[in-house]
Amino acid sequence: MAGLVVLVTGVTRFIGSELAGRLARRPEVGRVIGVDAALPEPAARARMGDADFARVDIRNPLIARVIEAARVDTVVHASASATPASSAARSMVKEMNVLGTMQLLAACQRSDSVRNLIVRSTAAVYGSSSRDPAIFTEETPARSVPSSGPARDAIDIEAYVRGFGRRRPDVRIAVPRFADIIGPTVVTPLTRYFALSPFVPMVLGRDARIQLVHESDAVGVMEHLALKDFSGVVNVAGDGVLTLAQAIHRAGRLPLSVPAFTLGGISRVMRTARLGGFSPRQVESLTTGRVLDTTRLIERAGYQPHFSTVEAFDDFAAHLRPALPASTVRGVEKRITGTLGLRPERAGPNGDALLIGSGSTGPSAGRVGRSATLADPAVAGPLSAGRHSAASGGDVPEGDDRPDGRPRLVGITGDAAGPVRRRRTR
Amino acid sequence: MGSTETPGGGPTPATSATSGAARQPRKRNHAAPAAGDNRAGHAGDAGDQAADPGHGSAFADGLAGGVIPSGAVDVDRPDTDALPAPAGETGWKRSLAGGIAFLRRRMTGDYDVDDFGYDPDFTDNVLMPPLRLLYEKWFRIDTLGIHNVPDTGGALLVANHSGTIAVDAVMTAVALRDHHPRQRPLRMLGADLVFDTPFLGPISRKAGNTLACNPDAERLLSSGEVVAVYPEGFKGVGKPYSQRYKLQRFGRGGFVTAALKTGVPIIPVSIVGAEEIYPLIGNIKPLARALGFPYFPVTPTFPLLGPLGAIPLPSKWLIEFGEPIPTDGYGDHAADDPMVVFNLTDRVRETIQQTLYRLLLRRGHPFLG
Repeated sequence: MAGLVVLVTGVTRFIGSELAGRLARRPEVGRVIGVDAALPEPAARARMGDADFARVDIRNPLIARVIEAARVDTVVHASASATPASSAARSMVKEMNVLGTMQLLAACQRSDSVRNLIVRSTAAVYGSSSRDPAIFTEETPARSVPSSGPARDAIDIEAYVRGFGRRRPDVRIAVPRFADIIGPTVVTPLTRYFALSPFVPMVLGRDARIQLVHESDAVGVMEHLALKDFSGVVNVAGDGVLTLAQAIHRAGRLPLSVPAFTLGGISRVMRTARLGGFSPRQVESLTTGRVLDTTRLIERAGYQPHFSTVEAFDDFAAHLRPALPASTVRGVEKRITGTLGLRPERAGPNGDALLIGSGSTGPSAGRVGRSATLADPAVAGPLSAGRHSAASGGDVPEGDDRPDGRPRLVGITGDAAGPVRRRRTR
Repeated sequence: MGSTETPGGGPTPATSATSGAARQPRKRNHAAPAAGDNRAGHAGDAGDQAADPGHGSAFADGLAGGVIPSGAVDVDRPDTDALPAPAGETGWKRSLAGGIAFLRRRMTGDYDVDDFGYDPDFTDNVLMPPLRLLYEKWFRIDTLGIHNVPDTGGALLVANHSGTIAVDAVMTAVALRDHHPRQRPLRMLGADLVFDTPFLGPISRKAGNTLACNPDAERLLSSGEVVAVYPEGFKGVGKPYSQRYKLQRFGRGGFVTAALKTGVPIIPVSIVGAEEIYPLIGNIKPLARALGFPYFPVTPTFPLLGPLGAIPLPSKWLIEFGEPIPTDGYGDHAADDPMVVFNLTDRVRETIQQTLYRLLLRRGHPFLG
């Protein structure tokens, strides 16, 4: 067998480029063609490894010629529901996402070589309201369907994909619905939100549950779906849940609870003061939680995420400079209890490094215990490097181990040195 | 559920129906079993989890004026700064240290939240203590038949609902947490209005409650949680004082369907005393509509005395947990059979109503009991 020919879209972004690189390293894959409308930055190009790059705007019918010429049999549309890289105009983002997908699907329909189609979708299609069940399965109907915005785009994209499936029943289609993706490398509005320092605004009186996918699991799922036999819709999320305030604290920041109507003003003030930006709409969307049931991913698709929500978040937070590090809080606690003449409490059920693997409080505690230590700067370095190699099973190239002074992430998305997460050099 | 996962190796492919299992929240001992403590009727939890030396509830007990057993050493976790407590360290110091430790855990985000949002650390340390005060000192609640709630596995508690606001629900949760031999946490199903409300919504989730819908109910029951439903709903809490202790309509019987599908026993619960805490003598409908409430209550103290009207009257309460009604003998498609559902609903309702009358006779005077 000559090997699969895979087309991956969105290779200027982390997910697309990392996926292209990983697929290119697989023995069963013969050729990988990465496409995007702009040239990838050097970091992205390095991640792509042996994959070819073709500069094609998928809104252009030229994409059909590329598929035809290369005899592509697997199309992975990784840019389908990607969050906007920078503050690009909303209409521009919608064009790229929705119209690009339509054109790509038209090209696939005309092609006789395409056998597999993976289209990235998002859990935002479920909407979130107080009338929804706490946990969504793939069959749960959305009760508050968003009428505009990225969620609406994703709903439209899924509808087009379903139509394509009816016209081409011979093509295997997999649509993963991702929870928010987070990680040390990926840049999304959510990562920028958690990087605000020292205060992170939230809506007063709300504390939503959030569920996250680690960036390497996101790529891993796309790779797995591209190469295996699963077809249908599948929820993708890490195990477990954080609340928003808890996440903000874990990142070493302080939540600033404000009434919803003041968010716009605060956003403007923070932008003017160059403290970083956030979108009030995004913060409001974080008021009702949305948790996914990933049984189908684990049992039918056969992929077990390596990172739980807490582990994914801690891996991300380990690369932020905390405004209020956990070690400081513990030190203050010790000082207070010392002054008052009290015996200090143990370092909590999860904060004890000796707890890793301890069975006494249960495996869930054990897992959180391991990740709690990641947030501690003293141990984050070797542990997070170990976690990377353990998680990716050796597929990750050497460059992923964090050396000292790792390069600033200057927009592989084309951002000109925009708001950048300050990285702690170790 | 937790025992299927291996520590250090990540979760095994789930046999659970939830994303990584709606994890059983790690149970915390309220008090080290052997030492004295002044919570009425508390049976120490002998074998469940490693005893935390006054850990979770130390702060709480300090507030309630309880005596904290000190000096219990956690033998499972060797810890460099956990020396055995010096003899003679008093309870308030322990509880203060516990409180500071709680704040530290909050500030570092170092606590577990399950998939529904249940936060046992917060519930046990912040919510339970004042509710416990209400339970013991204000309402002087007597709990009967707590042994009818099974020690392990799911169970569905069905209770009458009254009292303008859902105080009876939280008192049932305190009863189960404190007086059941296994100190089981109670997960309650509430209306969407609760979860829409700022502050109350997230706090309710942190206490382990979720929306009253069949998917959530079935998920919790099949994970082995004790779930409570209040089928009278707003008709129950909002019923006028003249109709006290007359059960309202029980809805469509959705709770019975959930129990039949998961095969857990239904336990009828009768709560006497909640009707008198805010005697509802009127309802301002236009105001209710304007605010989006199902009713705007008028009681002898509210809105006359303003915020002081929020203080409930100290009636004497009795909570009785009835005999469990098994649901696993009805066959495979019983949940879809309207006759089975109707009969079970009726049986539960009758049991609760009869028990209410019996308890009312037993109680005597509503306030002096």
